[in-house]
Amino acid sequence: MIRLKNINKTYFGAQPLHVLKGIDLEVNEGEMVSIMGASGSGKSTLLNILGILDSYDTGDYHLAGQLVKDLSENKAAEFRNRMIGFIFQSFNLIPFKTAMENVALPLYYQSMTRRKRNMLAMEYLERFGLKEWADHYPNELSGGQKQRVSVARALVTQPKIILADEPTGALDSKTSAEVMQILREVNDSGITMLIVTHEKGIAQRTKKIIRLCDGIIKSVEANDPNAIDLQSDIK
Amino acid sequence: MLDLDHLNEIWQTIARNKTRSLLTAFGVFWGVFLLTILSATGNGFENGLRKQVEGYATNTTFIFTMPTEEPYKGYQTGRVWNMSYSDVETLKAAFPWIAYVSPTNYLFANGDNVIYNEKHGSYSVKGVLPDYNEIDRSKILHGRFINETDIREGRKVCLLGKRVYEDIIGKGIDPLDKLVKVNGIYFTVVGVIRNYNENVSFNGSSNESVILPFTTMQKVFNLGDEIETLALTAKEGVRVSSMEENVKSLIKERHDISPTDQSAVQCFNLEEEFDMFNALFLGVHILIWIVGLGTLLSGIVGVSNIMLVTVKERVREIGIRRALGAKPRSIMRQVLSESLLLTILSGIVGLCIGVGIMIVVTIVINANPSENIMFLEPQIRFRAAVTALGIVVLSGVAAGILPALHATQIKAIDAIRED
Repeated sequence: MIRLKNINKTYFGAQPLHVLKGIDLEVNEGEMVSIMGASGSGKSTLLNILGILDSYDTGDYHLAGQLVKDLSENKAAEFRNRMIGFIFQSFNLIPFKTAMENVALPLYYQSMTRRKRNMLAMEYLERFGLKEWADHYPNELSGGQKQRVSVARALVTQPKIILADEPTGALDSKTSAEVMQILREVNDSGITMLIVTHEKGIAQRTKKIIRLCDGIIKSVEANDPNAIDLQSDIK
Repeated sequence: MLDLDHLNEIWQTIARNKTRSLLTAFGVFWGVFLLTILSATGNGFENGLRKQVEGYATNTTFIFTMPTEEPYKGYQTGRVWNMSYSDVETLKAAFPWIAYVSPTNYLFANGDNVIYNEKHGSYSVKGVLPDYNEIDRSKILHGRFINETDIREGRKVCLLGKRVYEDIIGKGIDPLDKLVKVNGIYFTVVGVIRNYNENVSFNGSSNESVILPFTTMQKVFNLGDEIETLALTAKEGVRVSSMEENVKSLIKERHDISPTDQSAVQCFNLEEEFDMFNALFLGVHILIWIVGLGTLLSGIVGVSNIMLVTVKERVREIGIRRALGAKPRSIMRQVLSESLLLTILSGIVGLCIGVGIMIVVTIVINANPSENIMFLEPQIRFRAAVTALGIVVLSGVAAGILPALHATQIKAIDAIRED
């Protein structure tokens, strides 16, 4: 599903910063992978490249069999819209749109009719137990509810992969466990998932842990999420 | 652009960010509002002033005579002379551009010269041709004006000014066919007239005059062939002032006056006054539009400015949209549409409120009618309103361009950065 070959990325500022120094990575369909690393390890940059939010200097990135390289803004927007679902640490819901409208927004950019996309959005909200909250604005929702809305938004376009950037970073441990449970279920339905985190408790709930250090992959280890006690403290 | 779903999305963004939208829209609203009020006020003054000179053919010259200044053909300097009635036909024949021509003779108010039964008064008496009512128009309150038959047959008929009728016959009494004694001779009343207004009058106010057929007056008062003044109105498109010299030459020739005599034939026309009048209002309108458009322009700059600021404020929203798959084009379209919709709406509201206020002003003015009002029908002209809205639409796009370009520079990644 994802194939990275010798990805390099340098930020040219006052002082050139070589952030990614040759990343090779393969993620298969249906995998649930966490990327761990200290701040400055390049994990956010890697996620941005994976999400086609940022470009890379050298190497190849194949997503679902397609080479993602030097895309125009339009093409990148289309790829993001059709293939990738984003989940952010700070939810990134649009404050003046209701939960349902937030979920329906990616479909608006697919030129789907209002009725059809609202119907689909309702379906996904219902799936995450938010049917009663469809007409509420984000500031009327709790953190867990907001994150569930953004999961619904990420899924509504039926993307190939879900990219989650510190999905529990703004949540307490109880809600974090709930959100991780939802992400597990989403993954169980067959959607490939990448989670960037620096919390061990989160990484341990994924099936593969990739450790990033100073722009290179230090280790890749398989993990059995069922091995840990799900009731144990997540943080 | 005109797709309902898209419009819905734009409207949602505007309606759910009320403060921001109102702040943005206020500048344009205010500009259009002021433009409407100013333009309508200018029109009001113009209408008021035009009303003052209503009834006068503006393309008219009045010709009168003065003693000669040069000796000519054996005549001495300082000869007192008069035009003659035959000049009328000669001028008409010589100058096809003449639309109306009428000589006027006067009998000045002299004791109680107008008498009806026991009532009497002192009024001036004018003798004119039917054309006179095209040159110095009066409102006919009863009966009719002098006609060709009166002139041809020298009928002893007369028209009374409104004041004369009220003074000697009395309001409410049918004046027609009454016999009125004017300077010792009885005339049958065939009509009553009123000035269009009191403020401009040549030859004295018609309200306080008695009007007789020119030929009748000549005959019964033994005035001979002489005429005192001559009024000429040119056809539309001909400037009477440019023709005055030709008229003067012909009259001089007919009365043995030196062609170089500058004083003997005098002309007086209102054309220059009306030209000044028109130029003044053109100036007023230009000023109004400059001020109004200036205000509108500052409103538009305001819209652009606030939208630019809000685009910066909306980095996150736009970044999220970009991350979710919005192309730069759709972001651009969104910002432009927001700007356009805001300016159009605020422009229409400004126009409606401005027009509404001026309608109320009009109603108040019309409820208190006065002859001498200087302010009438203060309304913006339909074409001006359409023009203003056209400008608003264009400027809506113009105002949106800079913010829209800025918005397209926003990358999805900007939304993810934690600030």
